[in-house]
Amino acid sequence: MYYSRLKLASVLGICLLGLLLCLPNGMRKPLPSIPWRQIHLGLDLRGGSYLLMQVDLQSLTHDRLQTLSENTRDALLNAHLGYQNIAVDATKGTISFMPRSAAETEADIAALNALPRAVPNEFSVSKREDGSIALVLAPESIRTRAREAVTQSIEIVRRRIDGTGAVDPEITRQGDDRIVVELPGISDPERIKALLGTTAKMSFHLVDANPLHATYPPQGVSLLPMADPAEGGPLPVFDHVDVDGSDLTNAGAVIDQQSGKWAVSFSFDSTGTHAFAAVSQANVGKRFAIVLDNKIIEAPVIMSPITGGNGQITGGFDAQKATDLALMLRAGALPAPLSVIEQRSIGPSLGADSIRAGMISLGVGFIMVVAFMVLFYGRFGWYADFALLANLVLMVAILSLFEATLTLPGMAGMLLTLGMAVDANILINERIREEIARGRTPLAAMQTGFEKATSTIIDSNATALLAHVMLFVFGTGPVRGFALTITIGIVTTLFTTLLLSRMLMARWYARTRPTSLPV
Amino acid sequence: MFGRPLLRFVRKDTHINFMRGRFMGLIVSAVLSIASLVLFFHPGLTLGLDFRGGIVVEAQTPGPADFAKIRAALAEHGVSHASFQSFGAANDVLIRLDAGSEQDTQAIVDKVRHTVAESLPGTTILRADAVGASVSAELFRNGMLALALSLAMILGYIWFRFEWEFALSAVITLILDLTKTVGFLVLTGFEFDLVMVAAILTILGYSTNDKVVVYDRVRENLRKYRTMPLIDLINLSINETLNRTLGTSSTVFLASLPLALWGGATLSGFAWTMLFGIVVGTSSSIFIAAPLLLFMGEGRLKRGAKSGKATAPSA
Repeated sequence: MYYSRLKLASVLGICLLGLLLCLPNGMRKPLPSIPWRQIHLGLDLRGGSYLLMQVDLQSLTHDRLQTLSENTRDALLNAHLGYQNIAVDATKGTISFMPRSAAETEADIAALNALPRAVPNEFSVSKREDGSIALVLAPESIRTRAREAVTQSIEIVRRRIDGTGAVDPEITRQGDDRIVVELPGISDPERIKALLGTTAKMSFHLVDANPLHATYPPQGVSLLPMADPAEGGPLPVFDHVDVDGSDLTNAGAVIDQQSGKWAVSFSFDSTGTHAFAAVSQANVGKRFAIVLDNKIIEAPVIMSPITGGNGQITGGFDAQKATDLALMLRAGALPAPLSVIEQRSIGPSLGADSIRAGMISLGVGFIMVVAFMVLFYGRFGWYADFALLANLVLMVAILSLFEATLTLPGMAGMLLTLGMAVDANILINERIREEIARGRTPLAAMQTGFEKATSTIIDSNATALLAHVMLFVFGTGPVRGFALTITIGIVTTLFTTLLLSRMLMARWYARTRPTSLPV
Repeated sequence: MFGRPLLRFVRKDTHINFMRGRFMGLIVSAVLSIASLVLFFHPGLTLGLDFRGGIVVEAQTPGPADFAKIRAALAEHGVSHASFQSFGAANDVLIRLDAGSEQDTQAIVDKVRHTVAESLPGTTILRADAVGASVSAELFRNGMLALALSLAMILGYIWFRFEWEFALSAVITLILDLTKTVGFLVLTGFEFDLVMVAAILTILGYSTNDKVVVYDRVRENLRKYRTMPLIDLINLSINETLNRTLGTSSTVFLASLPLALWGGATLSGFAWTMLFGIVVGTSSSIFIAAPLLLFMGEGRLKRGAKSGKATAPSA
């Protein structure tokens, strides 16, 4: 029952510190004198978009298998081994072929096993029942690749989104192959979706001039469609990349001087400039295709060697398309396409309505609980109410300290915490009443009341804590906010009821030494 | 001001014979729970967007919402099978579509958004959500996992703190509470989504808490009154904790009520379910959990200070 001055001072000190931490939420500009950490409003309260994007595993696997199959061909050729019916299956993650003769099987497997692996145990090579040989990618290596792709993509996604002028975008990894993009204030995410849904891999290839190859492309030549079908049919293009789009240093949307149409101008770094100069010097008069994501944007004829390292693409763009393409070229290509698998967008008016609804509920709920405690428990009810206010302050303080995100369910969690928090005071007060009814002195009644109520208080809060930690771990989005505020609320409840309100009651008793308790 | 309490629920010498209604309580509860199970299978829960997948677009039109016009405009853009519903004011419209393939779902939501905005100029899009089929399956799995694990942890905790008769009767009561809540969701048509999982978990947590308090008192009285028949002892324990039981359920009820009234579309379903759960959880402590304990513990619950795990001080 006795509380030292030090203990009293530290409990009140924590409450004051909490009050201080709450302050930044009510002010607009940072003050240098207090720690500046604010609660963030969730998208459901401030409006905005949430996009959950997934790296296309299939395309990653396909890209890797494509490289491996080229390596396989080279390795077999160098070892003077023959093969038939080489096939790539991206869904199963395999490359398979028939050896020229069964006798060469061992040598084939040895040649394939000697191929460089990106990670240890990336793939295994084996003979199948029908006599064919299969190279199988390990699922683990695809996951590793996906993780790396996500790491690279996050940086590129950030650059692309920053380029659009979005304010405070949040880009985070989720699991092995997912990225969460949160865009406060953007309630129509269509442009961002389009920007992120394009890998923007640009490369420059020579066009195969042999007219026969336009119908039957040989090994090393691919038929690629035009980006704009109005420009003509597919063209046979050499697979060999003469200049890579990743060698760009800058790109911008411009209006072409001659045609007056929108175009994208770009400049190469030194590697790109040299490569471009060499190719254009050697191939004057031939067509040179600019390929973006396996589609030809344009295929102009090289009039003269281009040595300046600058170029321009005119692909029938409008202003928006030219700006976005330039932005994507500047930000770099994504290692694999990202596809949206979940999107939620909330308009600003709905968000404002939700804040109002949450605040009104919180205010009314708080007042009703406060009134209940005073009507049913008198003086000790006031103490409980003081502790309740401190509880609210501390919850806001901890949320600010973590710079946590407050959602509408989070506000509901706060309100429920307040309703549940006074349970501890009710338990203590009811117990004191019973002890008084048994004829104990006020001091003995209060002591027994505190002692006996403590284990019940801890029991009931422990069960609630267990339930909500689970919800936080397995929940997503706004529900996590609910679980988080309740979890924090349980901790602050234990502090305010077991320490603060008890201390207030004990101090009152020590000060007045009453002969009867107001219960 | 208000130095002394003005109100209280029951006088301190209250002795209501709750156990007299034990059979009635169990029968009513069993009937309600069986009815809820029937409702669960037919017609079943209305799954929310989180768990069903698909598209929901909420829009506010300048005048009263003209469903036919929106439907026609959408059909023109190749979007059929949309369902329309008004909510709140007459000019609010809610458009739903079921999940198609992963890419379709994400593409159609933009189409719906634009079509609605174009066909009815002045329309504001309040919300546009699209959840792919794989994500909704995953959310459902995680939601159920959270529910199952928290239930298991709550039970483990009671098991650890009390004798098995207590734990088992608490489990059965919680399951009965849970089924009734499901029945409530089917009857009211509230959508079952992640927020509802949170509500159910909170109800289970609250209900457990309520039982722990009554059981704590039973355990304490078992030590105190070694010869009192169990039925009288349980009655006494319920009466002694009645003010607390009613007090705490009132404060939680009062805290949830404003959410139900003004919490908006997102939270009112959550809050009404909470309110229902508080009433069910409180009454089940008295009318279900206590009789079950009586049936299971009669002649078996040990008496005396040294017995069982009952060593902690209790309220």
